[in-house]
Amino acid sequence: MNCKDFLKELTDYLDGNISVSVREELDEHLHWCRDCHVVLNTTKKTIEIYRDNRLYELPEQLRQQLQQAIITKCKSTKQVRKSSG
Amino acid sequence: METIQNKAGEEVTNELTLVQAAKKGDLEAFSELVKRYDRNVFRIAQHITHNEEDAQDVVQEAFLKAYQNLEQFQGNSKFYTWLVRIAVNEALMKLRRRRSDRTVSLDEDVVTEEGSMPREVADWSPNPEQLYGQSELGDILKKTIQGLPPGFRTVFVLRDVEGLSTEETAEMLGLSIPAVKSRLLRARLQLRERLAKYFKSKRVGDDQP
Repeated sequence: MNCKDFLKELTDYLDGNISVSVREELDEHLHWCRDCHVVLNTTKKTIEIYRDNRLYELPEQLRQQLQQAIITKCKSTKQVRKSSG
Repeated sequence: METIQNKAGEEVTNELTLVQAAKKGDLEAFSELVKRYDRNVFRIAQHITHNEEDAQDVVQEAFLKAYQNLEQFQGNSKFYTWLVRIAVNEALMKLRRRRSDRTVSLDEDVVTEEGSMPREVADWSPNPEQLYGQSELGDILKKTIQGLPPGFRTVFVLRDVEGLSTEETAEMLGLSIPAVKSRLLRARLQLRERLAKYFKSKRVGDDQP
């Protein structure tokens, strides 16, 4: 296994979607390849940072205004009914 | 209404029961569905459009369309999956209008050198988030993800931020599973590459003037 093969499997490796035998090969590669080791760790960190620091939270006041606007619009509209034919 | 217990022990009305009631025109039931998912729809729409006003419009239009077309929702997938699919389409339409670029699509498979092989392999500092204040960090994360093509950032947001499965993401975006996986890999690698310049381990003395 070389670095290119490792990268191809990186997403499945991070998501734990990988067979035992492929995982063993990847671990073996990681053992001696510092670059792939760094890429793996920093990619993991990238995902964690975006997951832990959610961007664009909806402010509560705006949220309530939007909810009201949605329900008002729904009241004045009709649901599309399936044709009986 | 039929209820189930959530983790906190509160009673939560079953989603399908809410959908069935809303189909009959029960607006209180529909309002429950809005409250359950409006924040997620807003986040996804902001990530796609990069524009708060557009994202607010997307939230309203997506829920209104969902309500009008509830009859078409068959219940084979989750209501949320169906809703997000509507919202993503609305958001892409807004983006196209803003850019006056009719070609913006999730199908664009942008081939870039970046993302194929990492160039930046310096390790990061052990706690990169602590290098910046909360609002500065937020700006860095926004700027970085906004630089990705729409198809990449949408897949990344659905999979890694909203925590949906590859299968659900594929269904929401109308993409194949291999297409979702390939976009996810490239999105992750490109974000990593771009964040590296902010989060690289600083050598002792780097902060000295």
